[in-house]
Amino acid sequence: MSELQVPVLPQNSSVHPSAPRAPEPRGGRLPLWFKGFAPLVLLAALVVLFLKVGPVGVFRQSFPPVEQLTIERIRLPALGVMEVQIVNGGPEAVTVAQVMVDDANWVHRVNGSRIIERLERRTITIPYPWVEGEPHAVSLVTRTGLTFTGEVAVATLSPSVDTRYLTTFALLGVYAGVIPVFIGLLWLPFVSAIGRKWIDFFLSLTIGLLVFLGADALVESLETSRLVAGAFQGEALVLLGVLGTPLVLAALGRWRGTRQERTPLQVAGLIALGIGLHNLGEGLAIGASYATGEIALGTFLVIGFLLHNTTEGLGIVTPLADQRPRLRSLVLLGALAGVPTVIGAWLGGFTYSPLWTTLFFSIGVGAIIAVVYELYRLFSRRASAGLTTPLNTAGLLLGMMIMYATGLLVPA
Amino acid sequence: MARKRDLVDQSMTRRNLLKAGALGTVGAAAAGTVLALPGLGQSPGNQAGQASHHDMMTVGHLSPGSFDPNAFLTHFDAGIVSELPSGQVLRDYEFIAEDREIEVAPGVFYPAWTYNGQVPGPTIRCTEGDRIRVRFINRGSHSHSIHFHGMHPSNMDGAFEPVHPGQSFVYEFNAEPFGLHLYHCHTVPIKRHIHKGLYGAFIVDPKAGRPPAQEMVMVMNGFDTNFDNENEVYAVNTVAFHYQKYPIRIRQGELVRVYVVNVTEFDLLNSFHIHGNLFRLYRTGTDLTRYEWTDVVALCQGERAVLEFTYNHPGPFMFHAHQSEFAELGWSGVFLVEAPHV
Repeated sequence: MSELQVPVLPQNSSVHPSAPRAPEPRGGRLPLWFKGFAPLVLLAALVVLFLKVGPVGVFRQSFPPVEQLTIERIRLPALGVMEVQIVNGGPEAVTVAQVMVDDANWVHRVNGSRIIERLERRTITIPYPWVEGEPHAVSLVTRTGLTFTGEVAVATLSPSVDTRYLTTFALLGVYAGVIPVFIGLLWLPFVSAIGRKWIDFFLSLTIGLLVFLGADALVESLETSRLVAGAFQGEALVLLGVLGTPLVLAALGRWRGTRQERTPLQVAGLIALGIGLHNLGEGLAIGASYATGEIALGTFLVIGFLLHNTTEGLGIVTPLADQRPRLRSLVLLGALAGVPTVIGAWLGGFTYSPLWTTLFFSIGVGAIIAVVYELYRLFSRRASAGLTTPLNTAGLLLGMMIMYATGLLVPA
Repeated sequence: MARKRDLVDQSMTRRNLLKAGALGTVGAAAAGTVLALPGLGQSPGNQAGQASHHDMMTVGHLSPGSFDPNAFLTHFDAGIVSELPSGQVLRDYEFIAEDREIEVAPGVFYPAWTYNGQVPGPTIRCTEGDRIRVRFINRGSHSHSIHFHGMHPSNMDGAFEPVHPGQSFVYEFNAEPFGLHLYHCHTVPIKRHIHKGLYGAFIVDPKAGRPPAQEMVMVMNGFDTNFDNENEVYAVNTVAFHYQKYPIRIRQGELVRVYVVNVTEFDLLNSFHIHGNLFRLYRTGTDLTRYEWTDVVALCQGERAVLEFTYNHPGPFMFHAHQSEFAELGWSGVFLVEAPHV
């Protein structure tokens, strides 16, 4: 209804268009470092002021601050003992007043003050007669009566670092990661013998495999990011890993050599690295769920991992189809892709942390993105027809489908 | 298991009973474990290697100056007594509703609504036929009332006349019938007004009195500290495990009378069980003939009972809810029966 009133600037003669003159730098002669640091100093002063006198009245809340405790892990290091690892990821200090196990108050010991400052960690030891094979729930009662509950899905003795468990978890990693990758490498003679058209097909298939792996790792990282204590911003970690890794890898490529294009061996190395990082995350997850009794690594599961990860080896050797790589290089490539599974299983079994798992998975995603990009470039140099030929598209889809089908054998 | 008979081992026995079959061999393992964790036990009477008795327990102590359940146990408020021209005894009380943070387990604080700053409110003690006059002042942040159980005129019932913050009201009625009653806030939402702490025991003695005894009042209550409509803390007289940490001393061969009132919110029933003995049960205390001779009584919210018993054996005896969950979340205590001094 109302019409817009366009303000008309007074045509004042005293306002004359000034002649263009060199802009005088503000701050005059102050040194450059001062100009750079002055805002930071001011910021620091403000922070100190806030810490000393507290924020201005408007921010004061009449209700108690939101308490946030994250139970990162519950270990069962011995019969009749529980160890709860917690971190305060909330905005304020939290006081743990009491502990309940399975709805019963229980005595316990905190390794430090009961007042847990922001980002501080504690381990609570509880002499509780947990029952093998049964679930348990531990609740921490804070000063204000809030409860934070963590669950033991299936109670079983947590592994401690000794030869037996190192061996067990090494074997776990070898089965799930190392053996499959090396078996996959044995396809090299095959891909070397097939025609150019079929190499393109298998390269497409490799891209398909990797895209699926990347998506899988992304989902995993987002899932575990939800377990990360609030202040550590799990989702932001994912973003950091996913975007940061390909950027770092690209920058490293520029820095290492002047050549713009990578050699097929370098591409294979990158693929192995990407798969290795993914497998590190996978190893962490397998180790952790094995240690907490959430999965029992039965025959079926081992076969699942074997099939699922064997295709990763194929992905590594395909770019080398028309190369003559030395055995040493092949072993190194296989180790780069497979051995991180063992390391992951070790770490995950003993010190599972949602934070590190999230980070490793997201770095894996980033690495795979970088690898797919490199493969795509390698591919487009080789096949003028590109990815969209019926055969290559079929390869791409088949790669994803193989991963999907073998993934059916592995629990989510 | 032949063990030294002391409080330590009694608690162990109780724990075994409560955990029933679940413990078994694992319990033994736990006992061994505690050995490896010196300093876990909280009790000063803790003996090295015998620490497992204290496993199922809150840790730490109440802050100095908190509500003392041991004092509350035997404190009966007779009011300010005077005589009306008719000869009737008049008892004057002043009840002030106020918001207060109370400690329901060591280190766990609950934002309560209280009568006179305490949960449960003062135990009113009078004799049948007395005139009761309660001046109620609401200094809380919400409207409240006092609804007494017993017989009284409609306008003294506290159900339809909420007393708004800053206002006051005088409840006046004759105490009848004799028995064990209770009072509580009847302002809506009632569930919250009760579980936040507005309740107490109201004892009306028969004119001829009851036989002399060591008397105590136990209000079975619970606290939903995280407001999920389930209690995190159970107790008699508010503080979880208090009478287990500080046993109630009673004398061997002497009559003990416990006035038990259940005000527990959210749960359908609460119960009272004593070890090593049976009690004579007087439901609601309105009859002087024994209703039953038993060792467990279940009471729904608002139900109450007078229990009488005499211990003939000295030593510590557990008393607790026979809902194991309630017992494990704080509703457990110990009677320490002391042999008469020679």
